[in-house]
Amino acid sequence: MSDLDQLESQSIYILREAYNRIDRLALLWSIGKDSNALLWLCRKAFFGRVPFPVVQLDTGMELPEVYEFRDRVTREWGLDLRVEMCPPEEDMDQTLPPLTRAAARKTEGLKNLLKGDAYQGIIVGIRRDEQATRAKERIFSPRSFDGAWDVKDQPAEFWDHYKTRFEEGTHVRIHPLLAWTELDIWRYSKREEIPIVPLYFARDGKRYRSLGEKNITFPVDSHASTIDEIIAELNVTRIPERAGRAMDNESEDSFERLRSAGYM
Amino acid sequence: MTSQNSQLRIVIVGHVDHGKSTLIGRLLNDTGSLPDGKVAQVHEMSRKRGMPFEWSFVMDALQAERDQGITIDTTQIHFKTALRPYTIIDAPGHTEFLKNMVTGASQADAAILVIDGAEGAMEQSRRHAFLLHLLGVRQVAVAVNKMDRVDFSQERFEAVAAEMRAYLGDLGVYPSAIIPVAARHGDNIAARSENLSWFDGPTVIGALDAFEPQRAPTEQPLRFPVQDVYKPDDRRIIAGRIESGRLRVGDTLTFAPTGTSATVVSIEAWNHPHEVLSAHAGQSIGITLDKRIFVERGHIAHHEGAGPKNAHRMTVRLFWLVAEPLTVGRTYTLKVATGEHRVTVEQVAAVIDIEDLSSTPAKAVHRNEVAEVVLRSRSPVPLDLSAEFARTGRGVLLDGHDVVGGCIAVEVDESTAGAAVGNLHAVAHAVTNDERAVANGHKGGVLWLTGLSGAGKSTLAMALERALFDRGWQVFVLDGDGVRLGLNAGLGFSPADRSENIRRVAEVAKLFSEAGMIVIASLISPLKADRERARAIAGDRFHEVWVKADLETCERRDPKGLYRKARAGEIREFTGVSAPYEAPDAAELVVDTSALNQTDALARLVDYVDGALAADRVGTRRLG
Repeated sequence: MSDLDQLESQSIYILREAYNRIDRLALLWSIGKDSNALLWLCRKAFFGRVPFPVVQLDTGMELPEVYEFRDRVTREWGLDLRVEMCPPEEDMDQTLPPLTRAAARKTEGLKNLLKGDAYQGIIVGIRRDEQATRAKERIFSPRSFDGAWDVKDQPAEFWDHYKTRFEEGTHVRIHPLLAWTELDIWRYSKREEIPIVPLYFARDGKRYRSLGEKNITFPVDSHASTIDEIIAELNVTRIPERAGRAMDNESEDSFERLRSAGYM
Repeated sequence: MTSQNSQLRIVIVGHVDHGKSTLIGRLLNDTGSLPDGKVAQVHEMSRKRGMPFEWSFVMDALQAERDQGITIDTTQIHFKTALRPYTIIDAPGHTEFLKNMVTGASQADAAILVIDGAEGAMEQSRRHAFLLHLLGVRQVAVAVNKMDRVDFSQERFEAVAAEMRAYLGDLGVYPSAIIPVAARHGDNIAARSENLSWFDGPTVIGALDAFEPQRAPTEQPLRFPVQDVYKPDDRRIIAGRIESGRLRVGDTLTFAPTGTSATVVSIEAWNHPHEVLSAHAGQSIGITLDKRIFVERGHIAHHEGAGPKNAHRMTVRLFWLVAEPLTVGRTYTLKVATGEHRVTVEQVAAVIDIEDLSSTPAKAVHRNEVAEVVLRSRSPVPLDLSAEFARTGRGVLLDGHDVVGGCIAVEVDESTAGAAVGNLHAVAHAVTNDERAVANGHKGGVLWLTGLSGAGKSTLAMALERALFDRGWQVFVLDGDGVRLGLNAGLGFSPADRSENIRRVAEVAKLFSEAGMIVIASLISPLKADRERARAIAGDRFHEVWVKADLETCERRDPKGLYRKARAGEIREFTGVSAPYEAPDAAELVVDTSALNQTDALARLVDYVDGALAADRVGTRRLG
């Protein structure tokens, strides 16, 4: 088995555990490369169908290519798409810095989604290598209903036995892609010919390395216009995925201060 | 490109302050894996604190970015050698975070155990080594660190190495290398050290590159635990991951613990260019079978004559993770692969001393302790010996909502003698319903199967009884005909007598259900009023199941020849022919046996029972 086969098999196992053990599941679809791969894995796990709703937390601020891609794939793959409109920026805590305020809309959208016990489990396509706190995540990660994550007291998780039983008022986030890297996602997308939003490919010397809302995401310098070129770029780059976030490096504890000020 | 990209996961373990973070910092630096500017940043952090360059700040600096100073949990860091990429799982050394160490280390292909050359092995060094053994991490290298503090003494190194080799050998762990290093200065990390020129073994990087990725055991006998059963269309797909061995289309599979067999018709695949004819360990697959046998989550498919043991009593080596101790007489859920089983602790045979591996009998196992424990189960647990099958020879223990420990099977007793029920339930009236439900793994209840003669009530009742009994559930069928031979022998078939018959069955069923059992009452019970009275008698525990089939179908089946007799006028007031059947309008479940085959009808019933009566969810779910 190749390493991609192993990652695929493990993710399918996780998805099937979630589907068997957790009532009222939904999958969060950001329409980016990771959650596209995740949807693909669902179709593999369940023999062509995605057997639970697919939720997009929409701020109305995605790039037009993203909406176009969403509607096409929803139709072609027969997805049960639920669009959850996030509350407007005016409703956010106005003491938050502007960019953080924009980002907080999705957190609030997710909270709205979980109100009224609509879903017990949410499948999310995060990866350990991608961002700060995600390295410490569990595959089945319990949260209280306001989304709080008790990082200091996480369940033991070993030998593919996941925490699937919960107190009332708890919900669980399921992370089938935790062990994948950015490079793995691209290699898998190429192997499986998974559809990709074209914004990832360079045009005029720029491409999006990760996709977000148009007001808070910016393309990076790149000439990678095919998946092969993206893979080649990632194989040699020493620039961290979060290099664009200048504030991270302003001082030793800048990120910590940002977080205590409310940063996601 | 593919094999080159195949990453290896390593865990760095050892006693606190023996230099794990420094070793990792050095590994990242010496392989050119640090982001630009990181070394300058660490220089600055060290200078501000008036310290010489501190390699462990590399980790701390990454962590400041990665997790805002939370250092108690396991985290993961990536780096590359010329050979391949690695993921480092940094497991916390403090004893109170053992839960996290276990979580981290269990994901590793290989481990580096870091030991301070001056101090030698300490308590956590030994505990971590022991846990690596229990967790099944077989590839281990030892880094004897801080050799600069002992003047790079070969004699000192040999002493520490000999002690460690002996200790690990007692556990059955044979280190691939024991390497003297001074991580702070980079001695024997990536480059060979002048200071340690007497050492002719590998560097740490060399030892890492010599490890092999863990491979699924494809050459062992087949173990295919059922994860779920899907019905996306007219296919019935048994889904799961092969844990060992191989299977092929055309193979006959036997399912433990029921022993039923069927032949593999297809290996289902989506978006696969050609037909799949075989599959092997490590793959998550789905198969279809030639026969509609009853199979559910937790069953393990194997080839005839080479199956797992059906354990009723098992000795396990166990590690305990939570504050509340494991005690003799307590009942837990043992989860092996996808199967869950209620087990009671019969004996704590020994608590093992981490220092010298001596053992002492005990009544309880406390947090972070390792012990040998005897577990007993009422239902057969499909289980292998850990030494023979790693993945189906181990499991976790759950208490309530939580994983509280892990264990590997070292001895298995298949005889049912050990399964004799202990004294847990001896004093019935001092036992509450909840306690019964916890002990049984399910609630008591009455499943009232109503429907025409020939609708399939008895067949379904018997199949359900078998399926639930095989799980270890307390279940009994009260059959309409059977009851008439004894309890209701004096009753005839007049409307009044039929009504009384039903009342008595309901009363008996109620008593059984109060005792914690699941009673399957199988009676035509044609009149709504009678069924409503039965519901009133049994109360909340009453579940009406309409086993539905149209008259034509029933009459065609006519298993007892009764319809023929009724049509011939030999039986008077025969339901459906010469007496009415009042269909339920609010049954908890309708099973339509003219539309469903027997297996699917049973599966529907089992699903319902899982939802209504299981203490925890088990069973299968259907797509769509």
